Amino acid sequence: MTTTPERVHDDSRVTAFEDNDHKPVGHGRMLRKEDPRFVRGRGRYVDDVQLPGMLHLAILRSPMAHARILSVDTSLAEAHPKVRLVVTGAMLAEKGLAWMPTLSNDVQAVLATDKVRFQGQEVAFVVAEDRYAARDALELIDVDYEPLDPVVDVRTALAPEAPVIRDDLEGKADNHCFDWETGDAAATDAVFARADVVVSEDIVYPRVHPAPMETCGAVADYDDIDGKLTLWSTTQAPHAHRTLYAIVAGLPEHKIRVIAPDIGGGFGNKVPIYPGYVCAIVGSLLTGKPVKWMEDRSENLISTGFARDYIMRGEIAATSDGRILAIRTHVLADHGAFNGTAAPVKYPAGFFGVFTGSYDIEAAYCKMTAVYTNKAPGGVAYACSFRITEAVYLVERIVDCLAYELKMDPAALRLKNFIRPEQFPYATKTGWTYDSGNYEPTMRLSMELAGYDQLRAEQAEKRARGELMGIGISFFTEAVGAGPRKDMDILGLGMADGCELRVHPTGKAVVRLSVQTQGQGHETTFAQIVAEEIGIPPQDIEVVHGDTDQTPFGLGTYGSRSTPVSGAAAALVARKVRDKARLIASAMLEVSVADLEWTKGAFHVKGDPSASVTIQDIAMRAHGAGDLPDGVEGGLEAQICYNPENLTYPHGAYICVVDIDPGTAKVTVRRFVAVDDCGTRINPMIIEGQVHGGLTDGVGMALMEMISFDEDGNCLGGSLMDYLIPTALEVPDWETGFTVTPSPHHPIGAKGVGESATVGSPPAIVNAVVDALKPFGIRHADMPLTPSRVWEAMQGRPTPPI
Amino acid sequence: MQVPAPFEYQRVSSVDQAIGLLDRLGDTARLVAGGHSLIPMMKLRLANFEYLIDINDLHEELGYITEEPRTIRIGAMTRHRELLESRALADAFPIFRDAERVIADPVVRNRGTLGGSLCQADPSEDLSAVCTTLDAQCVIRGLDGERVVSMEEFHRGPYETAVGDAEILTEVRFPIRPNGSSAYEKVERRAGDWAVVSAGAAVWLAEDGTVADARVGLAAVGPNTAGIPGIADAMRGHAPSEELYARAGAIAANAADPVTDRRGSAEYKRHLAKELTVRVLRESVARIREQHRQGA
Ligand SMILES: Cc1cc2nc3c(=O)[nH]c(=O)nc-3n(C[C@H](O)[C@H](O)[C@H](O)COP(=O)(O)OP(=O)(O)OC[C@H]3O[C@@H](n4cnc5c(N)ncnc54)[C@H](O)[C@@H]3O)c2cc1C
Repeated sequence: MTTTPERVHDDSRVTAFEDNDHKPVGHGRMLRKEDPRFVRGRGRYVDDVQLPGMLHLAILRSPMAHARILSVDTSLAEAHPKVRLVVTGAMLAEKGLAWMPTLSNDVQAVLATDKVRFQGQEVAFVVAEDRYAARDALELIDVDYEPLDPVVDVRTALAPEAPVIRDDLEGKADNHCFDWETGDAAATDAVFARADVVVSEDIVYPRVHPAPMETCGAVADYDDIDGKLTLWSTTQAPHAHRTLYAIVAGLPEHKIRVIAPDIGGGFGNKVPIYPGYVCAIVGSLLTGKPVKWMEDRSENLISTGFARDYIMRGEIAATSDGRILAIRTHVLADHGAFNGTAAPVKYPAGFFGVFTGSYDIEAAYCKMTAVYTNKAPGGVAYACSFRITEAVYLVERIVDCLAYELKMDPAALRLKNFIRPEQFPYATKTGWTYDSGNYEPTMRLSMELAGYDQLRAEQAEKRARGELMGIGISFFTEAVGAGPRKDMDILGLGMADGCELRVHPTGKAVVRLSVQTQGQGHETTFAQIVAEEIGIPPQDIEVVHGDTDQTPFGLGTYGSRSTPVSGAAAALVARKVRDKARLIASAMLEVSVADLEWTKGAFHVKGDPSASVTIQDIAMRAHGAGDLPDGVEGGLEAQICYNPENLTYPHGAYICVVDIDPGTAKVTVRRFVAVDDCGTRINPMIIEGQVHGGLTDGVGMALMEMISFDEDGNCLGGSLMDYLIPTALEVPDWETGFTVTPSPHHPIGAKGVGESATVGSPPAIVNAVVDALKPFGIRHADMPLTPSRVWEAMQGRPTPPI
Repeated sequence: MQVPAPFEYQRVSSVDQAIGLLDRLGDTARLVAGGHSLIPMMKLRLANFEYLIDINDLHEELGYITEEPRTIRIGAMTRHRELLESRALADAFPIFRDAERVIADPVVRNRGTLGGSLCQADPSEDLSAVCTTLDAQCVIRGLDGERVVSMEEFHRGPYETAVGDAEILTEVRFPIRPNGSSAYEKVERRAGDWAVVSAGAAVWLAEDGTVADARVGLAAVGPNTAGIPGIADAMRGHAPSEELYARAGAIAANAADPVTDRRGSAEYKRHLAKELTVRVLRESVARIREQHRQGA
């Protein structure tokens, strides 16, 4: 018997109209402040920057994956009438700039000197009067390559006969990048040894690409009179980039200004420092002119930060009645030619350590080996919260494999094993402390919204008729908001965020952030955070970000860290201003501070609501004439630097329904129910937008996206005709819901949500497809589940994509 | 931004002017119609031409769908969108609307042309498969006047057609035969993607309800969009049935010569050749019967 309420699910459902045009003074639905310019096409991106005398830079890239550079002849290119400068690796080497550090303490070539190590690697650049001439001149550069055998197959990269890619590293005799482990091997082995059931599955998370709509680029403008460099660039982390330029290029930090204007999507792709940015700086230094570099779509896809590329052996141990005891995994990680992973230093595998998921288990262990291959570098990108996408995919897939073996309902299996609410804060077996969570209500809500029992009944009927319908579940716990300075840094920089709030005399305000929006709506959310604390309407609060000259230091926007870290800073700085306002209010109302009460936007005397002053009145007094209380300076402003105590751990329950055409094996995602718990919800409309985007990403990865290579190391995903990104036609009308479990340590209880859906959705979709294929005896099939690959699974031979 | 290598550009105002220029410039020149095949190749610098001769001003002259009692004539500059929206075409050959719904996206369909599609001669081209299915005739004009070739003669190989250096495709003719209908189906990884495999069918029934003639055209299963002669022989004189479709599907699968690529394995594509052939034959026959019901 089912107890869920009767719901009608026909395919004509459309999203109910939700009026988002509220005008909250604080949290709540409101339209985005940035959208009037975006919907009018008036956003201002790096490529919109036009400076007098600006020159254009184009990069010559390697056509080969692995080759020795014998010679580079630039004479014809230099003779081109519009060319101002041609630079090769050898020329950079003379200046000590041929190599730069990566975010993982490896080095990466700015321009190749000795060898090229992946197809698309930067070999030389041209600066010309227009971008057409710059491109044309690339064809005039003659590079003589001696082809070398490429290392393409990650599984054989460590074979003794494999060519050594990184012979630039002293004494390097193999392609080993690093080993990493977490958890307790012995304890895990012991639990596995006594378990009733052990299930093991090889699971590949193929290489994908964040593919933001705006590709990467920069405009560098070096002023040799005052020695100041201004760099407009597509960066998610302007401050971190500035500091690194100072360290790498030896330019004084105070003479560098990094401006990240509107950013057309980042998804992690715009965290690293790419050779192109450095080339633009060098180009401006050498020509004395502003230099613009803007990569094209193919360059973005073949050379910039990719994501995933993990080959995982997942193992799970359980009792025969479905209690999960332990999880063990071995991972082979492809890091490409340079280790460019953008993760905190002590976390070479990012936060993959949360692969124990949302379950209360006895032991866990992971051993990872990372290798170099002749592929583009990168490694943490595409909205994955530092590899949690991989971790969640692993655990949610292997839990489904266990359900398959135990013949248990996958929802029931999960419900049976969740960490219980009273166990929080929960210390996992791999050393993470989940701050808060209440999983069962979230799971139950998703089942209710989906009509889970009815779906299973429908599936049974359809199976009897030979139709293929699948229901997939994924339950995830995210770990976002890096991070506490005791544990986390990137190249020595602590992961804190500053915030400054200044209230002008007329009661309008400006808040300055260290993070940088790439479409997440910071100009709205942060105004709302401040508004909630101080009672100034969001319309009256200007949010300034993305300019190192205008904002305090902080580590930027990635890993869903803006709200957990910078959002906390904004709330706390507003409270600090409010505390000062209270002192001024007490003088204005001539009562003691203890006799004041705050109702959003005004202080009034306890017991006498008519005796009150608004925050605007206070702002005028703070800047005006007349006495202020003893020891109180004029002005109404504050600044702080927020060091998070812990990460925040959002969670969610996703249910996906697919239909597969038995004749063509084509998968249609019919429904997708996403219930997210990101703690306190600041602007539900923005949250829903983030979730919709992430779910669409998930459909892309599960069904179509993959950066693949041929045996020569040629990248086969170099255009959007080859690297497919889903459109509205491939995705259903998203059904979202929420629960609220506030973070105990975040000042307003908020957790991040920017990546939850990208993390949580791929396993739900894959689990649904695999569930649909159950009649074929299929327990696992790897992404991307294209019609051809699904058909092969139906023939009984599911194959890994690499 | 991807930019092509430098080239000269000229718009022409008549077919003769285009032919004259092509004659003078030789194979360094190319016509540009919708540009949706040519320009991407030039931007990726996979193809470089010194001259582009823009024939979009000829849309007035070469953009038409003309119904005659026994033929529909379509001008080479007719755009995908016009093919999609033509009621007359959908009535005579529903295969066009089926196909156009799954070709590219509205942006591409607004500009891409029938002539460009056929002349590109990409083995995955959907309209080529449609034309093959419908036994179209291609009108090619050169300095010496016009000649008419069948689709079999038109496609010489991948990206190679019967259109010479100083020639232009002006029109495609489709014979109308009584008591027939047609259908098209495509499997793609994503809307707007090129076909993994697609199949078109046209079926004509005799008075007694048996198959008078049947044609199948496939895309993306070999070097050319291929017509499959064996199918007509196998089906002619038989009453339509699932069994008959299956037999035709097997012939189509056999005739297919696909390669494994990232759209799918050769084996899967061969399977699709069969599956889709069955589906489009079934649909074509269902449509004829529907015509009867409506006529009755
Ligand atoms: C994103 C995208 C997706 C697509 N998806 C599909 C798809 O799913 N299915 C599909 O079938 N096609 C697809 N196409 C191709 C699209 O249909 C093209 O428009 C079409 O193939 C070419 O038509 P065109 O008018 O743009 O030709 P052009 O690009 O202008 O020309 C193509 C070639 O034909 C020559 N040519 C053009 N007209 C003539 C003429 N009258 N006489 C002689 N030579 C001529 C040109 O010189 C050139 O060599 C897609 C294209 C894009 C960009």
